[in-house]
Amino acid sequence: MKAGVVVFPGSNCDHDCYHVLKHVLEIDTVFLWHKDKELKDVDFIVLPGGFSYGDYLRCGAIASQSEIIESVIDFAEKGGLVLGICNGFQILTETGLLPGALLRNRDLKFICKDVNLVVSNVNTPFTKFYSSGEVIKIPIAHMDGNYFIDEPGLADLIENEQIVFRYCNDTGETLDDANPNGSIDNIAGIINKKGNVLGMMPHPERCAEEILGNTDGIHIFNSVKKFLKGGI
Amino acid sequence: MKVKVYVKLKDTVLDPQGEAILQSAKRNGYDFIEDVRVGKVFELEVSDTDNLEGKVKQLCDKLLANPIIEEYSIKMGE
Repeated sequence: MKAGVVVFPGSNCDHDCYHVLKHVLEIDTVFLWHKDKELKDVDFIVLPGGFSYGDYLRCGAIASQSEIIESVIDFAEKGGLVLGICNGFQILTETGLLPGALLRNRDLKFICKDVNLVVSNVNTPFTKFYSSGEVIKIPIAHMDGNYFIDEPGLADLIENEQIVFRYCNDTGETLDDANPNGSIDNIAGIINKKGNVLGMMPHPERCAEEILGNTDGIHIFNSVKKFLKGGI
Repeated sequence: MKVKVYVKLKDTVLDPQGEAILQSAKRNGYDFIEDVRVGKVFELEVSDTDNLEGKVKQLCDKLLANPIIEEYSIKMGE
């Protein structure tokens, strides 16, 4: 298998994702430049965190109109696996590959800390290595992570089991106190209906190695690797 | 000529920035202000073209506004 990490001007978690894929999981990995249209035959695409195009206009809005995105949309529509992390999640909502939008955090502060997430859907290519209802710890670092969707949209997400991660407390309860940014229904990550495009605000690439003291994030990349190799 | 585009969050979407400004205004004694909503203005310098308003609308839907959370209005010409 081959993974591709898209680099936009302003991406700053691209090398972290590349490192985890290439050196921790030993997957053939390449960078994809935002002006390219060619996806270099990758099987898995990561839209990394950062501040694409300086987040001018709205987070992810300008990236959603970039040259490579048409190819990414085409890849996703054909069933290719796409993971958007933080700014990558914002880009996925701006392109329409995922429903809803990310608003400014409820308290208008940039938040950088570890948060608890409960895994609510393990039947995806990204989460097979977790168990249902498992509580994991993954860091967030964002200003615009307040997930919003209208009521019919939320009902749709719930009905189709598209909510993959929710902010929770130590024991897995999705209380208001455990919601760092005001996201509706404590949503931290969602998947599309087809199940091949995942967007999440927390950064799994920042907790994917023993040396970092936390490996809760590695299972997402591991799940993808096993899925693409037909292991699971 | 100039075209102005005003974009703001829909009234149904919480605007924490507006909320913070409202609180500050009230703390400063401006009690008559009941609500604040924050938006953006885009000033476009354009050349005359066929169906200009339609094209600007298209630009708004595609790029300048996110129809899921925002609404916009357009003021043509000067």
